[in-house]
Amino acid sequence: MHIVDGALAPEVLIGGGVLAVAGLGLGLRKLPIDKIPATGVLSATFFVASLIHVPVGPSSVHLIMSGLAGLVLGWTAFPALFVGLLLQAIFFGFGGLTVLGVNTVNIAFPAVLAGLLFRGMVSRSNPVTAAVLGGCAGAFSIALTTVFVAISLALSGDGFVPAAKLVFFAHIPIMVVEGLVSAAAVYLIAKVKPSLLQPADSISDFQMQAAALRAKQAGEASNG
Amino acid sequence: MSHLFGHDQPLNVRAGGGQTPSFVGAFDPRVRVVAACVFAIIVVALHQIEFALAALGLAAITMSLTDLPLRVTLKRMAAMDGFIIVMLVMLPFTTPGTPMVTILGAEASQEGLMHAILVGIRANAVVLMMLSLLSGMTPVALGHTLYRLKCPPVLVHLMMFTVRYISVLHDEYHRLRMAMKLRGFKARNNAHTYRSFGYLFGMLVVRSLERAERVLEAMKCRGFSGHFPMIDDMAFRGRDGVFAVFFLVLITALVILDRTYVFAY
Repeated sequence: MHIVDGALAPEVLIGGGVLAVAGLGLGLRKLPIDKIPATGVLSATFFVASLIHVPVGPSSVHLIMSGLAGLVLGWTAFPALFVGLLLQAIFFGFGGLTVLGVNTVNIAFPAVLAGLLFRGMVSRSNPVTAAVLGGCAGAFSIALTTVFVAISLALSGDGFVPAAKLVFFAHIPIMVVEGLVSAAAVYLIAKVKPSLLQPADSISDFQMQAAALRAKQAGEASNG
Repeated sequence: MSHLFGHDQPLNVRAGGGQTPSFVGAFDPRVRVVAACVFAIIVVALHQIEFALAALGLAAITMSLTDLPLRVTLKRMAAMDGFIIVMLVMLPFTTPGTPMVTILGAEASQEGLMHAILVGIRANAVVLMMLSLLSGMTPVALGHTLYRLKCPPVLVHLMMFTVRYISVLHDEYHRLRMAMKLRGFKARNNAHTYRSFGYLFGMLVVRSLERAERVLEAMKCRGFSGHFPMIDDMAFRGRDGVFAVFFLVLITALVILDRTYVFAY
């Protein structure tokens, strides 16, 4: 999924860089200072996901879980996934510096889109439906990522077009596996901690209600 | 792989405590970050194989001036090459041009082969230079450097958090995985495996978020106001200036020669 330095045309690199900066700007504006620890810890979780290898046929692939990142984080998935890619690029040499923008857009934008598309539905449904939708979100974001990778390769030269097609078809099993794993993960989260899948404002509503309830109970306790 | 982000890494900026850094490692981190970026941009713009090779040589010389273990670095480069090998092999057959050899009815063109070689050399040069200039830094030092280079503070704080918790969560993952192993779980190609991995990752997300809530509360108890004091002692000294000028002259020469000089053959 990583594209390396030196393969893409300069126009594609610059375009990717500009889009990545725009996405980062948007994501960071939606990231209040209180949310930094949660986002940072989740960003680390998704980094760890890329170290988890799942068997597929005779080989194994690492998880990406960008669909789930979009569901849980929304727009802030953009900076969260960017940080992971930056660390991978600098310390492991996966991907490169000039393609960092393109790689970020290819992985984070589908994640954000999956989040925007499925989050509302997931937050309103029961765990089983949420799992199905979560699976769709996981498979969808990987599919879109491979399409984006294929587009960035195809834009860089006609010689890359067969490689771009190969990238897409080679990733179909990965889409299926990501979908299945995401579905199970969403099912568990919907059962164990459904507030994680709620939009941020409804969480604060809930917390305010809980605080009001506690205050009321405290008042009653002193009366009794 | 997460050993880089382990618990025992120094949380201050100076890497390795009392150790004397290598020749390259002693330069100001800001200069190294900027140099790696400029090098990447220039190398990607090179058109001729000879000059891309010169860039690779420059990266190799820089590599030899660091104290990075040679084998690990070469292994990382090989891992990166694994990503692109399919694309490079396909390029000669898909680029139109002078036919060179025919394998199984597919013609390999000379232009395509040259392009593939060029892409491969450029990719390796950039990765080698990046690894030798930057991977000697601790992730924390990188955060401080980016902060001093005027990256948005929110992004830098986010990165520092990520770096801090990667090792913690990786340990958490190993704990959960060990528990699965004790119950006789073996990864195979079936729905049960994928469901178990899903539950494993979902549990990891839930636990990490609960951890984040505790962390935020603890930070607020200690007076967190949305800003980390970033204390470091980065200094732009004379030798950093010399390095910057030398590096800049070298790669400017590289790109100018690449555009003007034509090898006669």
